[in-house]
Amino acid sequence: MNMKLRALMGACALGALSTTAFAETTITVATVNNGDMIRMQGLMEDFNKKHPDIKVQWVTLEENVLRQRVTQDIATKGGQFDVMTIGTYEVPIWGQRGWLADLNDLPASYDANDILPAIRNGLTIEGKLYAAPFYGESSMVMYRTDLMKAAGLDMPAAPTWDFIKQAAEKMTDKSKEQYGICLRGKAGWGENMAFLTAMSNSYGARWFDEKWKPQFDTAAWKATLTDYLDMMNKFGPPGASANGFNENLALFQSGKCGMWIDATVAASFVTNPKDSKVADKVGFALAPDKGLGKRGNWLWAWNLGIPAGSKKVEAAKTFVEWATSKDYLSLVASKEGWANVPPGTRTSLYENPEYAKVPFAKMTLESINAADPTHPTVDPVPYVGVQFVAIPEFQGLGTAVGQQFSAALAGQITADKALENAQALTVREMTKAGYIK
Amino acid sequence: MATKHSRAAARLMISPAVLLLLGWMIVPLAMTLYFSFQRYNLLMPGMEEWIGLANYQYFLTDPAFFDALINTLLLVGGVLVITIIGGIFLALLLDQPFFGQGVVRILVIAPFFVMPTVSSLVWKNMFLNPVNGLFAHAAKALGLQPYDFFAQAPLASIIGIVSWQWLPFATLILLTALQSLDQEQLEAAEMDGAGPLSRFFYIMVPHLARAITVVILIQTIFLLSVFAEILVTTNGGPGTSSTNLTYLIYAQSLLQFDVGGGSAGGVVAIVLANIVAIFLMRMIGKNLEA
Amino acid sequence: MARQVKTSRKIAFTVIAWGVGLAIFFPILWTFLTSFKTEADAIADPPLFLNFHWTLENYTAVQERSDYFSHFMNSVIISVGSTLAGLVIAVPAAWAMAFVPGKRTKDVLMWMLSTKMLPPVGVLVPLYLLFRDAGLLDTRIGLVIVLTLINLPIIIWMLYTYFREIPGEILEAARMDGASLKAEILYVLTPMAVPGIASTLLLNIILAWNEAFWTLNLTAANAAPLTAFIASYSSPEGLFYAKLSAASTMAIAPILIMGWFSQKQLVRGLTFGAVK
Repeated sequence: MNMKLRALMGACALGALSTTAFAETTITVATVNNGDMIRMQGLMEDFNKKHPDIKVQWVTLEENVLRQRVTQDIATKGGQFDVMTIGTYEVPIWGQRGWLADLNDLPASYDANDILPAIRNGLTIEGKLYAAPFYGESSMVMYRTDLMKAAGLDMPAAPTWDFIKQAAEKMTDKSKEQYGICLRGKAGWGENMAFLTAMSNSYGARWFDEKWKPQFDTAAWKATLTDYLDMMNKFGPPGASANGFNENLALFQSGKCGMWIDATVAASFVTNPKDSKVADKVGFALAPDKGLGKRGNWLWAWNLGIPAGSKKVEAAKTFVEWATSKDYLSLVASKEGWANVPPGTRTSLYENPEYAKVPFAKMTLESINAADPTHPTVDPVPYVGVQFVAIPEFQGLGTAVGQQFSAALAGQITADKALENAQALTVREMTKAGYIK
Repeated sequence: MATKHSRAAARLMISPAVLLLLGWMIVPLAMTLYFSFQRYNLLMPGMEEWIGLANYQYFLTDPAFFDALINTLLLVGGVLVITIIGGIFLALLLDQPFFGQGVVRILVIAPFFVMPTVSSLVWKNMFLNPVNGLFAHAAKALGLQPYDFFAQAPLASIIGIVSWQWLPFATLILLTALQSLDQEQLEAAEMDGAGPLSRFFYIMVPHLARAITVVILIQTIFLLSVFAEILVTTNGGPGTSSTNLTYLIYAQSLLQFDVGGGSAGGVVAIVLANIVAIFLMRMIGKNLEA
Repeated sequence: MARQVKTSRKIAFTVIAWGVGLAIFFPILWTFLTSFKTEADAIADPPLFLNFHWTLENYTAVQERSDYFSHFMNSVIISVGSTLAGLVIAVPAAWAMAFVPGKRTKDVLMWMLSTKMLPPVGVLVPLYLLFRDAGLLDTRIGLVIVLTLINLPIIIWMLYTYFREIPGEILEAARMDGASLKAEILYVLTPMAVPGIASTLLLNIILAWNEAFWTLNLTAANAAPLTAFIASYSSPEGLFYAKLSAASTMAIAPILIMGWFSQKQLVRGLTFGAVK
């Protein structure tokens, strides 16, 4: 009897809950399965408390699948998502087409001018902000201080590629499964090509000349690819042609890499003792250069954008404002510590003395500031974007070229053949798309 | 025997299925055909125009196209060979009397219930990964260099994973067929002095022929459109060494958002699939009539 | 001459069969075990088989990230719904083809099967546009429609081959006895057809449950089944083998258990008329 009564009361309480919840708006947020986003899903209590009338549904997908799903949805006006997580590559292209709702009317307390200029410029078209950055990143060298010391070397704050190669050689001990250098090898414009394009910038190479003529037949590209292959074949881990960001992170965390040149966000993962075996032995340096004036680092941000056609723009804006606000940064800091705050978006974060104590804070900011998406290369180019070319065709092109370079890394074709194929397929696609007449 | 009346009734009973499938085939097919003659990229709205056969020209002259064609055939053929030979072996084994037959059968059919995405993820990460995978651990324990499956033998690795998923299906069908084999015939042959090998080739194989054709037919239908396994493991690479037609079309239409080019690829794939279908149907038809 | 089985032979086969069975099953078993390890134990070398610290933390972590139950319910509704819808359409069709075969019956059947060979990626964009206009994106009913159509040819073919095995003479006999059509169907045919229908049902639930292309591309949050649930684990951050294993176990366990419990029924109809 007692049980029944309790069940009844429970049911009433549920009923009451659902009536109060009647007026709420449900928004669907598509996001990528990266650590910072997963962390946000765990902190939703704060948002729900502040905005009980908005219910957030998550669709978390792996990067490539996410990109395909949201692009398809926004281009066909499918309307399945109210907030989309998109990269700096998409924002300018989508913004120009009027697909995104502009965010200029966010309240003054949001302080949009606080967003790092390098990041903000990439998200603004003709004075309109089209997406709010959730975290920003560049790339840098992460290395094992203990192994570097054992090799008798001293990492400069701004190393050259020659030094990296020399260090990789000395740090490699394959019998102990210790590989001097881990780099991306998995094919994809956002995987190996992000790294290789950034590296090629520092070697003086470029994707296209001012007349959109592909440049893979130049000496600079050849030098880039041969040096990359040489380092990876001699000092890299086995199976590198299948390694992307996540695979390399796992390798580095389990202590198998001497150096790893990759996204600055990785710094918080490799220094987190919960997941990383080497948390207290990691040092950071700027991405290498070749003495030509450009460094091999990229610039990227994951941003929250709102499709222009969404019927719930207001609720979506409320969410975007919360997720990218200064308060959210403090919220993460209070729950998880400053090291786990989404980095690379706000000037105020880097001015915060608490955050300055985080070992990788300074290097991250310097790396971000060292990247210039509008002048990415040594020689002039007709495009914007450091590790990508901001034209719609690039996703397909970058991935196809990435396949060739990945095949070269797997030893299936030579570097020359890979470059020749890359040149041929790029010429073909650019002709098809009408850039080359 | 069948009256006019029952024929009419039969037609009425079949028609919903036929109409639905016809609609399912024709509507997307018509749209695909239409798009295949257009310049239509999702990322460039407002630029749509009629461009005739240009999409087909680009798709068919794509260097990846030929590779994809070969890979598709290798994938389908490889999996068929492995599952049929392995299936016969397993069926013969399971047909023997031994302790715990029921449990072993349960173990053997289990892979069939596993989602392709899950099995690819598990194989890729926990077994074939050259650093942390179980095979790499085993190789190191034996003092060997771990083999890098997805770099050195990408297509073969995918064939292996897909075969693991389809082996139970082949085994079950072949086992059922085997169990219906007339024991007396076998024993008579044994009395006549036929050895185990000749008994296998002259009595069992002909008896299994029908079951084997069924396995080929059903599996081919599913294997032609293998996709998740490639997407999860190799993304079609390195190079194009594990790109099949389905994946190539995916890369065209969903990575580049080139709906026109992807549609042209879709039409080409449909034509090719129908060639395979006709070929298969001939073979099956003959075998099933018997 | 009755088959005499020597015990030694039986034991030998027991060892071989168990060895092979366990080898085939091992990846699933390993996934299951790994799901209870810590991330560090999951990549330990030499691998830990049973002697690790058992933990449920991976399951909690996975559940925190995504609502398993709603994905599970979507999987159930979509796979069962599409199978039932398919049966409603397919039973009459297969019936008519089996008992009143015409000259073209075979061609129609083969044509139906060939529709299954269309590469789904080729028609995704057209279908996405159609679904958008019909308001079917991210709805269970939309997925039920697609999966019904996709699996219909297989359902019809399975039922057809099964119905064909039912001897026509029984029908004749029942008719002679003056049974009405209703009685004929209810008392004579149904009992004979039920096993075939049951195994068709089971096989199609499995196929629909595991279908990963349409279910992923046509859903977002509301109708997303377990295939979408697992999609968010395909390359997570850092060490993830244990969490991946937990998510995998959660995604395949229901269908695996169902399959095991109903394997007798399933096997009976799996023969596709292959046995004669």
